[in-house]
Amino acid sequence: MTYSVKNREMFEGEIEEIKSKGLYKEKRFICSPQDAEITVEFPEGAPQAKVLNFCSNNYLGLSSHPDVVEAAHAGLDARGYGMSSVRFICGTQDIHRELQNKMSEFLGMESTLLFPSCMDANAGVFEAVLGPEDVIIADRLIHASLVDGIRLCSAEYDTFKHMNMKHLRKKLELHQDKRTRLIVTDGVFSMDGDLIQLDELCALADEYDAMVLLDDSHASGFIGKTGRGTHEHFNVMDKIDLITTTFGKGLGGASGGCVSGRKELIELCRQKARPYLFSNSMAPSIVAGSIKVIDLLTENTERRDTLEWNAKYFREEILKAGLCIREGNTPVVPVMLFNAKLANDMARDMYAEGIYVVGFFFPVVSAGAARIRVQLSAAHTKEHIDKAVAAFAKVGEKYGIIGLDKKGIIEKYGM
Amino acid sequence: MSKMHEEVLEYVIDEYVDEDDDIEVEVDTALISSGIVDSFSMVSLKVFLEKKYGISLPDSEATPEAFDTVNSICELVIKFQG
Repeated sequence: MTYSVKNREMFEGEIEEIKSKGLYKEKRFICSPQDAEITVEFPEGAPQAKVLNFCSNNYLGLSSHPDVVEAAHAGLDARGYGMSSVRFICGTQDIHRELQNKMSEFLGMESTLLFPSCMDANAGVFEAVLGPEDVIIADRLIHASLVDGIRLCSAEYDTFKHMNMKHLRKKLELHQDKRTRLIVTDGVFSMDGDLIQLDELCALADEYDAMVLLDDSHASGFIGKTGRGTHEHFNVMDKIDLITTTFGKGLGGASGGCVSGRKELIELCRQKARPYLFSNSMAPSIVAGSIKVIDLLTENTERRDTLEWNAKYFREEILKAGLCIREGNTPVVPVMLFNAKLANDMARDMYAEGIYVVGFFFPVVSAGAARIRVQLSAAHTKEHIDKAVAAFAKVGEKYGIIGLDKKGIIEKYGM
Repeated sequence: MSKMHEEVLEYVIDEYVDEDDDIEVEVDTALISSGIVDSFSMVSLKVFLEKKYGISLPDSEATPEAFDTVNSICELVIKFQG
């Protein structure tokens, strides 16, 4: 037996170390379809509880939409369960091509390539497009999958302070000797809800002859007046060279992702991106469901309008209730608590009040910036939001943080 | 404080601390383990040190531990300056 007692003890020790640092992720089981109202078993073995979900990426409430479910069923019937192949051997159906074309049109880009996930898209795009003569200049708070993809690429890389255009300019000046400069940013940053000032970033890209890659996973479908994304919001639809995004959040929430952009760059991804070449195709039912999602979002803007209203209403009401939030205009709303234990304790008490939220702290976010991240959905009703705000007010009162700002909370609880 | 300590400290503050950040960085301030500098952003510091002091730092030596304070960074640079 190669898995010896010594091996077991070694790995158990590592798990204990994770627990001792307070970083252990508990198991949570959802016993219903994904929605605003869900049934949860937490902790494992506890009786199931009906709670309101304020921590999912189901921004547009499409995860269990009947039309999407029906389309996925039809896709399963018409094109089968799985592809048993990567895309380039025998894993591309006509519906994969149809979804790619729809995404190109939806995002306003020349061409699109599907990946098994956006994590895979981000892992593959850099190495496919860039080489050692090039440099990647990335915002410091980009998603972990972009960080991994950048590290897998032979290009040099550098970073700029989060959303700091002055610092980005400095870095672009520094790297003028490189063959190509690629600026990398998220559209909406998932932990802070910040919206990158993409118009200013694109102006700098023009000035310093740089390309732009935008990960719009937390924006596709709802940011911008018709939900095309951050580039629509800032009116720079024609300035973006590459967009990576996911079908696993606002766009139905199942799985799959894509790279969309200039046709030569997409062709290089098709030829060279390793997750595209060596991982299975998106399943037919998910492709069919995703096609329906894009159709629904193209028909009208009702869902993104509802989400916009919900986010604005929650932000206004939570401020009136005396909580401290990171200001912004996206459906990602961090309720700032600064202290890790406080964030954890309050999230637990919120669950007892029937509101499912999660606390985040270092190293997931910066040290001293612990928070409960609230994510709004178009599936939330005004009553759902009122209930969440009332629970925050009640739990906040228990911990004596109502009306306190950053300084006040840190004085009371420390960082 | 040596000239090198001053130069590295100045670079770290300029590169990693925002004007509105409530952080004071000294030569013994923990940079990586405190979250002021993350491992992804550490690369610009490595490039700065290599260019400024004409050294080559192998990845095996440019660890988060070695880069955790200005003091430890300067020790590393001196070691590779020979």
